[in-house]
Amino acid sequence: MSITYLEAIREAQALALKNSEDVFIYGQDIGLFGGAFKSTKGLYNDYPNRVIDSPISEDAMVGLAVGAAIEGMRPIIEMQFADFSSVGFNQIVNQAATMYWRTSVPCPITIRLPSGGTPGSGPFHSQCMETIYAHYPGTIVMTPSTVEDAYSMLLEAVSIDDPVIFCEHKYLYYHLKAESLPRKALPAQKARILRPGRHATIIAYSAMVHEAVSAAEILSKDGYEIEIVDLRCVKPIDIDTVLGSIARTGRVLAVGESFPWGGVTAEIISQISSEGFNLLDAPPARLNSIDTPIPYHPELWRYHRPTANSIEEKIRKLIKE
Amino acid sequence: MANIANHEEGSESDLSKVVLDTFRWMILARTFEDRISNIYRSGKIFGGVYVGKGQEAFSASMAINLVKGQDVYSPLIRDMAGRSAFGEPLVDAARTYMGSSNGPTKGRDGNVHRGNPREGMPTMISHLGAMISVVSGVLFARRIKGTLNNSVGATTIGDGGTSTGAFHEALNLAAVEKLPLIVSIANNQFAYSTPTSKQFACHDLVDKAVGYGVNGINVDGTDLIDCIQGFQSCIQKARAGEGPQIVVGNLLRLSGHGEHDDAPYISEEIKKSKLGIDCLKKSEKRILDEGWCNQNDIDDMFKNAVNEVNSAIETAESESAPDPYSHDWNAYSSVKFDQ
Repeated sequence: MSITYLEAIREAQALALKNSEDVFIYGQDIGLFGGAFKSTKGLYNDYPNRVIDSPISEDAMVGLAVGAAIEGMRPIIEMQFADFSSVGFNQIVNQAATMYWRTSVPCPITIRLPSGGTPGSGPFHSQCMETIYAHYPGTIVMTPSTVEDAYSMLLEAVSIDDPVIFCEHKYLYYHLKAESLPRKALPAQKARILRPGRHATIIAYSAMVHEAVSAAEILSKDGYEIEIVDLRCVKPIDIDTVLGSIARTGRVLAVGESFPWGGVTAEIISQISSEGFNLLDAPPARLNSIDTPIPYHPELWRYHRPTANSIEEKIRKLIKE
Repeated sequence: MANIANHEEGSESDLSKVVLDTFRWMILARTFEDRISNIYRSGKIFGGVYVGKGQEAFSASMAINLVKGQDVYSPLIRDMAGRSAFGEPLVDAARTYMGSSNGPTKGRDGNVHRGNPREGMPTMISHLGAMISVVSGVLFARRIKGTLNNSVGATTIGDGGTSTGAFHEALNLAAVEKLPLIVSIANNQFAYSTPTSKQFACHDLVDKAVGYGVNGINVDGTDLIDCIQGFQSCIQKARAGEGPQIVVGNLLRLSGHGEHDDAPYISEEIKKSKLGIDCLKKSEKRILDEGWCNQNDIDDMFKNAVNEVNSAIETAESESAPDPYSHDWNAYSSVKFDQ
């Protein structure tokens, strides 16, 4: 038996619906149709009153979730694509994320963002939004990179009493497979040392973890041992695990698929520079996409985002410094 | 607060009772906001002051028809009268304006941004239209849980707020789900300084109801009895499962956008029109004409309001300001971040 990243997301939602009658899923085409990516396939049949189609109204979908949370429920909102969450931006950052602070009433909602690029998807079906939402106080932002994490972290997201932005990567939906789903899991807010090393550390999250692993494989043929830290959650950042790794390697590259101005990788470099400067043997480096909208053509798209090759190149330069 | 079931079919004494109850909340709101405006001018209020002068009848008439503990009510900036009629303690209003650490937001937000979500009053954010879907969400959750029973949700907006995408999305969603939602639109002719001619092009705001497939009515926002009866009719329809209801109140904002604004853009012509009639004075005259009470009774209502306002302000003034050094600087209920 094997299970994909996408199926893990479906299974996590099935279990969340089974475990609590307070859980419901709301989104476009998610009912009988099973969702644009089929991540709610069959759930409507088992829970017709709690797997509900919405109109194309991202603002109102999130507002509705906030109201339901006030009433004690734990809604899961599926955005059809992360890109469209910009239409619900106000309700996410101003309504949901501020609610506990303003009113002392928790806002336990999970917003699923099918994120990231796939060949041919273009500027409006490829975005990574984690930076935008992580910027605001009151949100927790998860970016799982494995089948097991997609499952366990989504279950944890639903159980958390604050708004969770769950960035699930579309490129991983079908590519990643695992033999089984985990029974125990590392807490979502802990980073994981995915691969030990001693020459340099790559900090990555979501689909970039796999590009980093491929780069590390290439570099290992030349005798370089690259440590990889999978952040798993980008708000909050588990900076202790990051600094622990840099203490071993002395060199660091932070990799993210999102746009280069500011963002998660910049935040990591900033925290490393102020809290772990003395651990560094070379200037900390970062790699993001090119600073343009995301291109449609697969040849342009592959060049636009970080890849194993561009990461490898950056690491070779970092090691020589 | 009062619940006025079936007064349309009831006796005149039922109507007079609800009119007098609502009128008392109008007086309290006007008295409180006049006082807060004076304190603002003396420089003792942090942030702005936004009053509902001229909109008290429309605001209070919605809330008087709701049942606290059962219904949901999310007021907006010009709903002091509605808030009080729904059951908001006056001292909480004073505390929020004066920045008391004992207020519902503990100094984290001010003036009209107060409420109590778990007691049926979701707390407004400033983005117009955003509360409509939140109220809908409470109703939606109740329906899933089987606890909707006879409850309704009500929220308010102005003519300007109807131009937002959030208003459109939320009204459409509520209509699709046939939720027992009542949206009042105080058509007070200006959104800050912008006249309705630059806000919408439909002949009448209530025409929007047809587009959403919901019921909508117009009421004379300066006329207390028209407001009470209009809301009663629509709220009964919502309770009976007839889906969302829009109630448009036509009136004039008898103030600036906030107390910092002397509103030179409001013409004398419109002030002297029927829209510019002060609902408080009009209600008082009608009550006296009908003989529902006498002048002494009304004088007592004003005196009682002054006493209540004095007491609330005094309490809020005597309380401590929030202390940044002992404040819980945490935006999360589930985790504690290092600051």
